[in-house]
Amino acid sequence: MLRLVDLVKQYKTGDKALKSVNLEVPNGQVMALIGPSGAGKSTLIRCVNRLVEPTSGKIYLGDMELTSLRQGALRRARRRMGMIFQEYALVERLSVMENVLSGRLGYVPFWRSYFRKFPQSDVDEAFRLLARVGLDHMVDKRADELSGGQRQRVGICRALIQNPELLLVDEPTASLDPKTSRQIMRLVCELCKERGLAAIINIHDVLLAQMFAERIVGLQLGEIVYDGPPDGLTPDVLTQIYGEEDWEATIAKVEDEDEEETDAVP
Amino acid sequence: MNTVTPAHRTWKKPPFIQSPLLRWSLVVGAAVYLAVVFGTMDVNWGRVADGIPRGQRFLASFFPPDFVSRAGDIFDGILESLWITIISTVAGIALSIPVGLGAARNLSPRPVYLFSRAVLAISRTFPEIIIALFAVKLFGFGPFAGFIALSIGTVGFYGKLLAEDIEDMDPSQAEAVKATGASWFQWLNYAVQPQVMPRMIGLGMYRLDINFRESAVVGIVGGGGIGATLLTSFDRYEFDSAAAILLVIIIIVMAVEYSSSYIRRWVQ
Repeated sequence: MLRLVDLVKQYKTGDKALKSVNLEVPNGQVMALIGPSGAGKSTLIRCVNRLVEPTSGKIYLGDMELTSLRQGALRRARRRMGMIFQEYALVERLSVMENVLSGRLGYVPFWRSYFRKFPQSDVDEAFRLLARVGLDHMVDKRADELSGGQRQRVGICRALIQNPELLLVDEPTASLDPKTSRQIMRLVCELCKERGLAAIINIHDVLLAQMFAERIVGLQLGEIVYDGPPDGLTPDVLTQIYGEEDWEATIAKVEDEDEEETDAVP
Repeated sequence: MNTVTPAHRTWKKPPFIQSPLLRWSLVVGAAVYLAVVFGTMDVNWGRVADGIPRGQRFLASFFPPDFVSRAGDIFDGILESLWITIISTVAGIALSIPVGLGAARNLSPRPVYLFSRAVLAISRTFPEIIIALFAVKLFGFGPFAGFIALSIGTVGFYGKLLAEDIEDMDPSQAEAVKATGASWFQWLNYAVQPQVMPRMIGLGMYRLDINFRESAVVGIVGGGGIGATLLTSFDRYEFDSAAAILLVIIIIVMAVEYSSSYIRRWVQ
């Protein structure tokens, strides 16, 4: 599905955010990307849809090589990748429906989108998705009237209405309370299952990552230092990713899922 | 209990200028400069005393304002001024949108950015009245010159503020729309426009207000409108008619002011 080959990103300031990353995500796999702040998680995800231009390396989405695409082809490739953001990144002064439908912009010509005349099939799909996440009664509310969890649901709808093959999820729970965080993660993972989507989920909450992902990749200073199943995250591995800390509490939590949640990351 | 009272540590806000020498020399220097400036300002108190009764007579000749004897001229002047105001605001804003987009650093490639900034800088360098003098020379007396002058002034004002507002927008919202595969114009329409629109409507109203007042000024140098009428009434020593014109201008400016603040609150 997605394959990164020797991906390097060096910022103009000289910081190497990614040092030759190789990674393959098969169809339908939900993968969590963990690591400390500044490890390059966001950069990696943004290189895939080229919101950040990679310095070198190749990215394959299916058979298509993404790093060499020109403007038009890049836009068409972006339609195949839905993105969900940390602070929801909804356009605050647009309504819930406009935000969801903006996920169809890559498919609709300018004047139709300008007059908000989207094809009926898109509108149907938008209503269906909003009903799926329990927000179909808020269609005409402005995005900034919603709570955090509701906004993130709208963000999920916007990504899914693109009918993507891959979801890029950047810290979806960073500004949500523990309960909402779980609900959102559960929703994202369920939807991925339903639609057979692959997903890369950046998350700094190790506990949530273990609970919901099939595979965990640990990134540290731009390099992959762990790649394996969730239960392979031993204290040693976490120390390798994040640095020295008492990890027993974090790992023990995995068994009793519905306990009150504590901060997993120092 | 503890018998040893801890020594009180005093705290003062650190001074803005660290060096006391520099700080005090600035204070003293400013005081001396002001004293010298006031000392050298040569006020001829005798002439001030003479001027006061003359000023009183002058002001008295404004009363009572005479709306009637030049009513036709006043009405025509106001209409022409309103015409200049509205059309120059609309044209100026329409022109300033491409310039403003070009002058936003986060939107435009470097050469476009520099060019647009240069356009803005030039149109902001000259006050409307100077541009109006040029326009009158080029196109002759009349409202067209006023229209040109105010349009150019509007581009400088509105384009700069639009560019700055776009530069201040929330990049994550813009990023999110870009990630959907939207084209550039769709991205502008869905990500940029909603973020800048309320402020731009408010500024448009504010510019309308400015353009109306400026249309009176521009009229005085030959740009048509109520300014021309005002100048004529001064030239004829018809101060009561001039007073009427000034009152009408004040009333219209106030009306625009109130309605613009209302509209601004409404679009938030």
